[in-house]
Amino acid sequence: MMAPLVRDSALVWLASGVVGVSFGAISVTGGLPVWVPVVMSLVVYAGSAQFSAVGVLLAGGGPVAAAATGLLLNTRTLAFSLAVADILGRGRLARLLGAHLVTDETVAFALAQSDPARRRAAFWISGFGLFAVWNLGVLAGALAGDALGDTGTYGLDAAFPAVLVALVLPALRENPAVRRAALLGAALALAVTPAVPAGVPVLVALAGLAGHGRDGGRTA
Amino acid sequence: MSATVAMILALAVGTYAFRLVGPVLHGRVAIPPRVQELLSAGAIVLLVALLATGALTEGGGFAGWARPAGVLVGGVLAWRRAPFPVVVLGAAGVTAVLRAAGVA
Repeated sequence: MMAPLVRDSALVWLASGVVGVSFGAISVTGGLPVWVPVVMSLVVYAGSAQFSAVGVLLAGGGPVAAAATGLLLNTRTLAFSLAVADILGRGRLARLLGAHLVTDETVAFALAQSDPARRRAAFWISGFGLFAVWNLGVLAGALAGDALGDTGTYGLDAAFPAVLVALVLPALRENPAVRRAALLGAALALAVTPAVPAGVPVLVALAGLAGHGRDGGRTA
Repeated sequence: MSATVAMILALAVGTYAFRLVGPVLHGRVAIPPRVQELLSAGAIVLLVALLATGALTEGGGFAGWARPAGVLVGGVLAWRRAPFPVVVLGAAGVTAVLRAAGVA
């Protein structure tokens, strides 16, 4: 059971590691001391929120705006934590530790598995691996500065949406009710993106759930 | 510098609090199957919205053609049940090649 999960997860680790390197490099070349991206990655551990918070800081937006932007982006982790709560189980340590490892990729990877044992294994494999590789990447990037160049050259920005496509496709395929809700939600999110702050569009997408389940739809 | 420390702490504590809601409630509050199902569906809705906005937008505007083209190729590969690494490398590869060819 473990080997295929590690194999599939490893590629996400690799891509995240490179993005982590770019986060460290961007922060340091923007003028922040090395410890800022490194400590932030350990204690916040949320890629998009970290990029946004540092972006606001470097643009001169101030620490309050930086924290608010990051928090707004991370509100979705509340919904994710509810969705994976039964995967983490009842142990105190597992809950406290697992909560910190809740990210888009790990939740998607865990929910894509077919049975509870695989879900649990997938969560911890993806969670620990991603945490380790992300933080090592950030450290390496912060120390290396701008030696890496533009990560857009490698097309990594396309890898993450594609990872999510691969992970949600099984649920979309077998459940028409979820498919309808997700497509409606994505359309709403795209429609409001130009007009609202980052982080708000995906929350608006939850409106796609209105009416969900009244026709007896069931979730994988 | 202490303002930066405060910012990092606020972001870290707030984010951890969001993430702790599910695990803390689990087992204390009986979640009806109907709500549990809605939560699972909600996670999928959030992920699809993330991938759609991530594939198409950047800073509130259009992300350019190279990225969505790569994601589309990845999506087709996933639809045809290609192995996971093929999906990821295919998406990144197409975007990288398009950028190298001058497509933004």
